Amino acid sequence: MSAEEILTVKGLKKYFKTTRGIVKAVDDVSFSVMKNETVGLVGESGSGKSTVGHVVMGIYGPTAGSITFMGNDISMGVGRRPKELKKRLQIVFQDPASSLNPRRTIGQILELPLRVHHLAPEGKYAERVFEMMDLIELPREFAVRYPGEQGGGEKQAVAIGRALATRPSFIVLDEPTSALDVSIQAKIINMLMRFQKEFDLSYLFITHNLSLMRNVAQRVGIMYLGKIVEMAGTPEFFSNPLHPYTKMLLSAVPVITREEEALKPEKITSTGEIAGALNVPPGCSFHPRCPFVMDICSKVVPSQIEYKKEHYVACHLYPST
Amino acid sequence: MAEQLLEVNDLCVNYKVYEGLLRVLNGVSLSVGSKEKVGIIGESGCGKTTTMKAVMRILATNAIVPNGTIAYKGSDLLKLGRQELMRLHRTSMSMIFQDPTAALNPVFKVGEQLKDIVRYSEFTSNAPNRQEVRTKAVELLKSAALPEPERILDSYPFQLSGGMRQRICIAMSLASAKDLLIADEPGTSLDVTIEDQIMRLLKQIVEDRGLSVILISHSIGAVKGFVTKLYVMYAGTMIEEAPTDELFSNPVHPYTQNLLKAVPKLTGGGVPEGIAGRIPSYLTIGDGCRFASRCRSAKESCHVHAPPAFDIGNGHRVACFHYGDI
Repeated sequence: MSAEEILTVKGLKKYFKTTRGIVKAVDDVSFSVMKNETVGLVGESGSGKSTVGHVVMGIYGPTAGSITFMGNDISMGVGRRPKELKKRLQIVFQDPASSLNPRRTIGQILELPLRVHHLAPEGKYAERVFEMMDLIELPREFAVRYPGEQGGGEKQAVAIGRALATRPSFIVLDEPTSALDVSIQAKIINMLMRFQKEFDLSYLFITHNLSLMRNVAQRVGIMYLGKIVEMAGTPEFFSNPLHPYTKMLLSAVPVITREEEALKPEKITSTGEIAGALNVPPGCSFHPRCPFVMDICSKVVPSQIEYKKEHYVACHLYPST
Repeated sequence: MAEQLLEVNDLCVNYKVYEGLLRVLNGVSLSVGSKEKVGIIGESGCGKTTTMKAVMRILATNAIVPNGTIAYKGSDLLKLGRQELMRLHRTSMSMIFQDPTAALNPVFKVGEQLKDIVRYSEFTSNAPNRQEVRTKAVELLKSAALPEPERILDSYPFQLSGGMRQRICIAMSLASAKDLLIADEPGTSLDVTIEDQIMRLLKQIVEDRGLSVILISHSIGAVKGFVTKLYVMYAGTMIEEAPTDELFSNPVHPYTQNLLKAVPKLTGGGVPEGIAGRIPSYLTIGDGCRFASRCRSAKESCHVHAPPAFDIGNGHRVACFHYGDI
């Protein structure tokens, strides 16, 4: 099994020091991604899902824990990672309007990663850029245009093209479609799914949209205040959710068909708001919002157990014995 | 047919910009009955907010309204003088905006902002008493299900969470919305659990107080459980109108059909196809059907003439020449 694992994260922690105390953005997160697999991370804002993606990318180094990528240890910031590995690991950000340099043309944006990694002989760069543009279905004349002139869908396509330019094997997708309209979202997602097959890619897909997750990921993890509270294969996850928070999230998803309505778990009315990461509640961090709260919940942090095969949950409702 | 509270007829709005004239709204018509809940869906940039700003008469200064009427309680809003308009804003209609952070002034405490509105809308005749104003403000915050209203009155907006800020905006609009409440994407900038709370709160308030509502959203699922009649907008035109259940079970316009298909389903089944292309530029937009450039079933005539709204029964209207064969 481990031969297929492309990325393994173990006990990952990322704390930030602030003037008001320590923010535990990511607190003991472990998961792995297999070759050609899409693993989804879902959670509300402030749950730490993007921080996980950023630490995997090396945007900042982890406070503790290890990240293994294709057999190499990459538990450090990007500055100390070998260049050869950096090429294999890419990211697409949420908002293409701010992740693309407005003063570079689309051609220049797509050319930069090729130049950094010397991926074409001198004089052949323009040709490679055009090939990239064919791939992301942009007309070639767009190479001389600026990202600001384009629609959100085209801009995100450029961001994806830039990530693909170095022929990576792993891409972190940090809410790649939440800034886009649904009709454009569908196009971008289809493009990503096609590239995954074509180029043998593995994805870490970060989003807050559960309906989208149902359709793209093979496994889904739910994050709450820096911890993964439930993780399972997608069909199992949606047909048999265990954690009260998962049920609350699923109940809150707006749906449009009767079949979807039927799939929702018993309605758990959403109450309260996610706590600030500065003062995480003691015990299970979800207990102030939980409708099934017990005495133990405010005292002991629940440990993650394998409730069923490949279905992990961290909640006192599911004791380990 | 019941008496209509608001009736927008053939409304056009253009914006004058450096490059020329942006022809944004083109022949928009909609009607809202008393205590009716109406939704408008469409993608970003299709004119949903512009329509509502026209109704509120808060369009930007470079906007021109060359054509159309907005009948509200028997008078034409477009012809009202400033005094009467202010009176309506104080006592009859109000709007909730998408981003509560931008809608609240960051340098004044919530209490000051809320009390201003209360003073303005509740006590038009006699000089208000400070204690009365405060009591009323607390009452409004309570009706928006905010805990500890006294503490919130003494907080600055940035000290509160996004969900709480949106509840404050709802409380503010309740001070003056006695007949019509316009909610412009009230949950879009919030998390899904908080959006769910806000939508349930709104629905309860609206039903308790017997208000008419126009709910704008690009999240199709969010409007479904809320409204009884839905309008679909595309590029500044109303392309389809139907009772909510009818629209979801029997969408007729090719754009509506594709839009509904493009929503990923919780039941799985893969990601559907999107709609190729994007909304045409309002600067160079032609006279034909505005969806024609993205429509698979477009014929030559679609590019020349704009389709009128055809009535196909059950209160279902669609603006497409080929609605029968698609």
